[in-house]
Amino acid sequence: MLDKTGIAKRIAQELQDGWYVNLGIGIPTLIANYVPDGLNVVFQSENGILGMGPFPFEGEEDADLINAGKQTITAMPGAVIFDSATSFAMIRGQHIQLTVLGAMEVADNGDIANWKIPGKMVKGMGGAMDLVASSDNIIVAMMHTNRKGQSKLLRQCSLPLTGVKCVKRIVTNLAVMDVTPNGFKLIELAPNVSVEEVKNATEGRLVIEGEIPEMKL
Amino acid sequence: MMNKVVSNAHAAIEGIENGMTLMLGGFGLCGIPENSITALVEAGISDLTCISNNAGVDDFGLGLLLQKRQIKKMISSYVGENDEFERQMLSGELEVDLIPQGSLAARCQAGGAGIPAFFTPAGYGTEVAMGKEVRYFNGKPHILEDALTADFAIVKAWKGDRFGNLVFKGTARNFNPVMAMAGKITIAEVEELVEPGELDPNFIHTPGIFIQRIFQGTNYEKRIEKRTVRQRN
Repeated sequence: MLDKTGIAKRIAQELQDGWYVNLGIGIPTLIANYVPDGLNVVFQSENGILGMGPFPFEGEEDADLINAGKQTITAMPGAVIFDSATSFAMIRGQHIQLTVLGAMEVADNGDIANWKIPGKMVKGMGGAMDLVASSDNIIVAMMHTNRKGQSKLLRQCSLPLTGVKCVKRIVTNLAVMDVTPNGFKLIELAPNVSVEEVKNATEGRLVIEGEIPEMKL
Repeated sequence: MMNKVVSNAHAAIEGIENGMTLMLGGFGLCGIPENSITALVEAGISDLTCISNNAGVDDFGLGLLLQKRQIKKMISSYVGENDEFERQMLSGELEVDLIPQGSLAARCQAGGAGIPAFFTPAGYGTEVAMGKEVRYFNGKPHILEDALTADFAIVKAWKGDRFGNLVFKGTARNFNPVMAMAGKITIAEVEELVEPGELDPNFIHTPGIFIQRIFQGTNYEKRIEKRTVRQRN
């Protein structure tokens, strides 16, 4: 089974040289720490920067340089700053090659819910709805089950949707799955996780074909 | 000679009345018009509709106006950092319109650019699309979003000149340039007010035509919402 760092490491393997990538808040943010050597990947933060660098050293924080999670950041050489409309032109115009975000629920048709629990939690969608509506390549990074142990991979989302039929791949602490017309197709298992465990933790339709390889981390 | 300079935040907000619609630049606490917010709190103007990406935190930014119940309605994309906001929203005291961040930016820009509405894929199939016209372009569904304008837009820049030309610093730029375009009257508060000619015309972010009033702010706190650092090895 993977921890959050493991999920980030596995998703980092999806990165390709020259890609512009938007990472959401939470597990996705960790991916920036595991870019494979030799790859040039440019991270976009939707509050208005391309070329986001690592967190600053203590004492070097700049209140005027933050990411979309409101954390202090640095800018890489060649970074560029722009306004919010330009930022979402990059997103809506499909100039970003990969979007990774967290989710509360994903349905086996690719629907995603991650912005609201009616009557309880009302934080807002931020940029997530724009990102999922426009990106061709969306990976969800999340734990397979919620804190109550209930599956987050469902036949249908129960929470208000963020986007419809948009998620392509899901990486959880248990497995890598792709969204297909027949449901979640099991692609890889996390170390020391059985197909049976994934089945038990998945409420949506799960497609299992042949031997399922273990992730290489 | 053209002179848009006013003496301070109190002079800048003259004419803002109860019940008006304001746009306020900033992302989180980054690039917010601190001086003008304080002046609005002190002036006690209420029943405001505020268009701003976020709602500040409990004791800073727009949170200060929320504390005093001066805001009737918020139009934002993300409000997760403010407990008082969430309480007022869930209890129904505060009217809230949550809209996708990209649509918010585009709606402000459209408002300032004379485009009354546009189609976007963001929000299709969600609560956001309820009651909105859907149209397919290239086989993909889009929803119709209206432009946004405001009685007053209030932005914060790094440097500005007497003509209202503005330069922003870092990610404090965010929503400020698009909101600057969409105010019937736009107020700019700047850290440094300079003479026309001092800013290189090639590197001005917001042309002064969008700005009606400008002043040099004081005592910027620039609070950091999530100070995150790495250790030196």
